Amino acid sequence: MIAPRLHVLRYLRFVKNAGFWFAAALAATPCASVAAAAAATKPEPIKIGVYASLTGKEAVWGQSAEKATRLAVDDVNAAGGVLGRPLLAIIEDNQSKPGESVTAVRKLISRDKVIAILGEASSGRSLEAAPICQQARIPMISGGSNPKVTQVGNFIFRTHFIDPFQGTVMSRFAREKLGARRLALLTEVTNAYAVGLAKYFSADAAAHQTPILVEQKYSAGERDFKAQLTAIKAANVDAIFVPGYYTEAGLIVAQARELGLNLPVLGGDGWEGPQLLAIGGPALRDTYYCNNFSSESDVPETRRFIARYQARFQSMPGGTAADAYDAVLMLADAIKRADSTEPEKIRAALATTRGLRGVGGPLNVDANRDQLKPAYILGYNSGDYHLVQVIQP
Amino acid sequence: MSEFLQQLLNGLSLGAIYALIALGYTMVYGVLRFINFAHSDVFMVGAFIGYYLGKLVPEGTLWGGLLVLSGAMIGCALLGMFIERVVYRPLRHGPTLNVLITAIGVSLLLEYTGQIVFGAAPRTFPQIFPTANYHVGSLTISSNQVFVIGVAILLMIALQLIVFKTKIGTAMRAVSLNPKAAQLVGVNNNVVISFTFGLGSALAAAGGILYAMNYPSIDPLMGVMPGLKAFVAAILGGIGNIPGAALGGLLLGTVETFIGGSQFSTYKDAIAFAILIVILLFKPAGLLGKFTIEKV
Repeated sequence: MIAPRLHVLRYLRFVKNAGFWFAAALAATPCASVAAAAAATKPEPIKIGVYASLTGKEAVWGQSAEKATRLAVDDVNAAGGVLGRPLLAIIEDNQSKPGESVTAVRKLISRDKVIAILGEASSGRSLEAAPICQQARIPMISGGSNPKVTQVGNFIFRTHFIDPFQGTVMSRFAREKLGARRLALLTEVTNAYAVGLAKYFSADAAAHQTPILVEQKYSAGERDFKAQLTAIKAANVDAIFVPGYYTEAGLIVAQARELGLNLPVLGGDGWEGPQLLAIGGPALRDTYYCNNFSSESDVPETRRFIARYQARFQSMPGGTAADAYDAVLMLADAIKRADSTEPEKIRAALATTRGLRGVGGPLNVDANRDQLKPAYILGYNSGDYHLVQVIQP
Repeated sequence: MSEFLQQLLNGLSLGAIYALIALGYTMVYGVLRFINFAHSDVFMVGAFIGYYLGKLVPEGTLWGGLLVLSGAMIGCALLGMFIERVVYRPLRHGPTLNVLITAIGVSLLLEYTGQIVFGAAPRTFPQIFPTANYHVGSLTISSNQVFVIGVAILLMIALQLIVFKTKIGTAMRAVSLNPKAAQLVGVNNNVVISFTFGLGSALAAAGGILYAMNYPSIDPLMGVMPGLKAFVAAILGGIGNIPGAALGGLLLGTVETFIGGSQFSTYKDAIAFAILIVILLFKPAGLLGKFTIEKV
């Protein structure tokens, strides 16, 4: 019985040795040296990881972010890259599902060895990915607006304004422009963004004697809001604030009008998406939302970005596209100033970003790693949303 | 008072859709003694057939809408019969648990095939029927709500007539009572079971279209929650009992709407399901179900 086993062992050793000699022979062949020469002339790309909702409920955001990221990376590379090396974006999909961003970001960090993570527009999913990046000490630039995202740690940055600002802006707009005194709230309770925004909106409304008389709630993916809206109707209010995503906002407004609730309905930047118009249609008359971007803005950087995005993708960019583009700009600028691709040095450079001219407004990182940017209030008028007011921070 | 009536109307129109789906669960259970979990995805396919057909007919016309509705019902009836023929029939004499697990498999197959074929992003359902809003006192009634309740009642009456007044309906009841004895007196069980699946799936398609008309955002996973609620409605009314499924659906829709409009809206599903548990504790066979001892 012992003899065959020894035989197997000997055979295994032979295989191992053969493998070693084969590899050594390969290294000595001319083809290997050609590859090395090519690597010398063509510098190794700097890998950045992107996670986005390319499919699923909020696919519109992920897809426009992906397009804008590619546009930005190509722009940076066309201008000679960063530190003489091209950028390479590795893009992963989280299917708009909770939990998937963690898997995607872990894969980007451990397998692809990216030096920074960009993403994403959803605060909830940014909050899932942020602790992973913080632990791995990899800088992350989110497009989310919830203040908790950057509070995760010193490696987390953002391109977007934050919800306390947005909530105050919308409450002020309801009070001063619409003259609303009695307010109602319809919040998506399963969404970190919506809960946060509702809180800041109510706080500002209460501070100005226009308190929230009725607050109703719904969960993500719900389609019937008539029960909540009927209760709001009974409370006899002047305006409704709906801090949620575009996927539900269209249905909410349409059902409100069906119930005869012809009041102004207000929302936050989560309303941005073509589906809102497709579902809501003319029912959206007298609705307003706040965004970080307007296609009617006259900032030259924004105009140039819109023209180039439209020429390449035949569609109109939105706020998520502008955020994704600016995230690449911010990162490229930080790598240049750090003169290194070491994550710790990039982090330090990101924290001192000042006066960078982004396509969605100036980029200035403050002490909390947040941004101060103007808010654009958009109102529905004959088939589309148009700029109503710009509010500076 | 007007708020109460408005909520009642909202609840009834939601419940009517649950009832239509619940009928399919209950009919298949009545005949085959198993829960067809793929039923909620047939509901989704119905909505998608409606979406594509809706692009072919002019929007907002009565005949166009009826064409879409009947097209989706026929399409889903064929799909239901196909699933039964290919998947469930070969397993019919196997243990019930195997068929149950297979039904879950078919459900996932339909959902994720849907994600590949239709895409995972939600789509906007076209307005296939003309719409209007009526005001009765302080009550606002939309034509969609009236339509949903009307179509659901018509289909339930038609179903009741089919089951109790036609030859095939008699055969269905015979198979449900005792499949072996039915076969002995000359009933072709395969035909009856195929017909049951076809009928149930057609009702699911109608439910899918009505649901999509009221909530015009459809995606391949849209069937999961309404399917679960309809399943609960079928149990609540007494599984295997057709009027019971209708009653269960209306009850669940109304309860859910009333809680949804109160300050406990976050607990909507929790309270609706807690009521289900309480009812089943006192009436284990459901509201209209008869408690029968399984014959071994």
